[in-house]
Amino acid sequence: MKLQSWGRYPSCNGKAYRFEDSEQLLSLMTQHEQLIAYGNGRSYGDSALSQAMVQTRSQDLFLSFDSQTGVLHVQSGVLLSEIISAMVPQGWFLHVVPGTKLITIGGAIASDVHGKNHHQAGCFSQSVVDFRLMLPSGEIIECSKKQNTALFQATCGGMGLTGVILDARIKLKPITSNVIDQTTIKTRNLKQTFEAFEQHFDSPYSVAWIDCLAKGDNLGRSLLMVGDFLDKGGLEYRTPEKLSVPIEFPSFALNRWSVSAFNWLYYSKVTEPVSKQKVTIDGFFFPLDAIGQWNRIYGKQGFTQYQFILPKECSYEGLQLILQAISDSGKGSFLAVLKLYGPQNENFLSFPLEGYSLALDFKIEPGLLPLLDRLDQIVLAYGGRIYLAKDARVSKAVFEQGYPQVDVFRALREKYQLNKTFNSLQSKRLGL
Amino acid sequence: MSYILIVGAKSDIAKALARQYAENGYDLYLAARDSQSLEPLANDIKVRFGRAIECVELDILDTDSHQDFFDGLVEKPLGVISAVGYLGEQAKAEVDFKEARRIIDTNYTGLVSLLNIVAQNLASRRCGFIVGISSVAGDRGRKSNYFYGAAKAAFTAYLSGLRNRLYQHKVHVMTVKPGFVNTKMTAGMDLPEKLTAEPEEVALAIFKGQQANRNEIYVRWIWRYIMLVIRLIPEWKFKGMSI
Repeated sequence: MKLQSWGRYPSCNGKAYRFEDSEQLLSLMTQHEQLIAYGNGRSYGDSALSQAMVQTRSQDLFLSFDSQTGVLHVQSGVLLSEIISAMVPQGWFLHVVPGTKLITIGGAIASDVHGKNHHQAGCFSQSVVDFRLMLPSGEIIECSKKQNTALFQATCGGMGLTGVILDARIKLKPITSNVIDQTTIKTRNLKQTFEAFEQHFDSPYSVAWIDCLAKGDNLGRSLLMVGDFLDKGGLEYRTPEKLSVPIEFPSFALNRWSVSAFNWLYYSKVTEPVSKQKVTIDGFFFPLDAIGQWNRIYGKQGFTQYQFILPKECSYEGLQLILQAISDSGKGSFLAVLKLYGPQNENFLSFPLEGYSLALDFKIEPGLLPLLDRLDQIVLAYGGRIYLAKDARVSKAVFEQGYPQVDVFRALREKYQLNKTFNSLQSKRLGL
Repeated sequence: MSYILIVGAKSDIAKALARQYAENGYDLYLAARDSQSLEPLANDIKVRFGRAIECVELDILDTDSHQDFFDGLVEKPLGVISAVGYLGEQAKAEVDFKEARRIIDTNYTGLVSLLNIVAQNLASRRCGFIVGISSVAGDRGRKSNYFYGAAKAAFTAYLSGLRNRLYQHKVHVMTVKPGFVNTKMTAGMDLPEKLTAEPEEVALAIFKGQQANRNEIYVRWIWRYIMLVIRLIPEWKFKGMSI
């Protein structure tokens, strides 16, 4: 069976298994040495691909909700979209959501995802009260920031390499409206973009779309979107009707001219330097979820998302170099997303650190991998790192330099014999 | 708010249906054998949508118990959905009549018994609906699953007759014919992605179809045309084929 994740690159020959209870899960763990949990298949690269994949989506029960404390207890296969549908009408929202709501709770923890409010709210793990983790020995361990701390810190951001998360308790945040008050700031270059981020640091949510094919004086021009929930408004919630990309685009459809034209139109559509909008939860947080299977626009070869982060003090310099290199290569991306992050947490492999991150989608084509290798070198030179949830290609050497706690993670894998059961294509490439 | 009765509530499609109807403001009776095992799902729906959920014991093969079962529902349901389905083992059924009978009785005879009772009640109230989940397997008998297919074909014909009869009583009957669905029943089969629906997709199609009083739906819709083609193959040709 050919298995892929969201980037549709790479493919892996493997088998997917589902389980109904912990006994079945344990028997899968004892039968396989190359096993990895697979949630909703929304990580981009090869972190959830292996010879044997244990699908967690059937574990989708809500277990309890305490409306006094806002703590929701769910099984690990529940999607964030299900939590939003059920809880927004009751006046609650997740503390941290990434750019798609179509991921499982288990996946959110294993990638320690973050969202537009990272500079204030940190990563997903910050809102995790605790979870139960099943080890290959059959032991089920309760992990939290205080209990079995090392396993907690390894599992949050640990890409599924520490066991299978069975269920988790998540703290929700109260909301009094389903409307987001959004401000869009149009900037003309990278310097203005950075200034705008700093100026709006107090806005709970912020993210910028950046035109990565712009050159010269326009290098780094962006649309920065900041916002927050309104205080008043209804709490009704309906998942918007989905459009879908019905077919795979031919791979020539996206090229430097078509992407440039798109970027120009997108940037020029906003005419005011500062404008205000009222938008829905889905429009603000998950604009791409409205288009089903949008990954098909990159054609049969698939695509990869390159996301890196640079420490704040050298972000400006590093980003300029990287944008220059991308612009020169002509390999552009519609979805270039820039964001200012807050301080890093204590998890061994969590991606965020205080600084700026840029995420770019590239279709897989000749010349791309060498370009990304060149970008890796700039990222390393400025003390940055690559995001594993998006990655399908980074080398072991580059990865290790970016993540100084990798040996603590490896030692823990060894200690619990996790490396004898849980392995993905990514973990083998990176020697995790 | 009105109650919906879902029978065969342990299936993946039933689980998705239960959530779909609860999210849209209905209360639920969930019925299956060993109703205790439905409690986690009932709890899930209560936490999500705050609706009233009751789990009721129902053995579809124990036809003598059906009248008591229905009489036991304090508030009579506005709609009844059957998600009962037993694929069985084709090879075993070929040599063991007990297995053949189990396939037939679960997918057809037992449902006739129950839905007869439901139909009487709804007809007397002159409102409500029945949704029967049949299968594309009932559209033509094939060697790989013709016991299941034959039982579903009978069920499809029964639903069609029931729709005809209940029309004048203002009770609507919808037949659902799912093709491949990614569920426990099909776990381990290598199903073609483009033809395979998720249970949530089936549940949404059923909800929308029922609300719009559709008579017969295929999920995914492409199956209507696939089955049309399969039905059009002449028998002299079909008998030599393996599909």
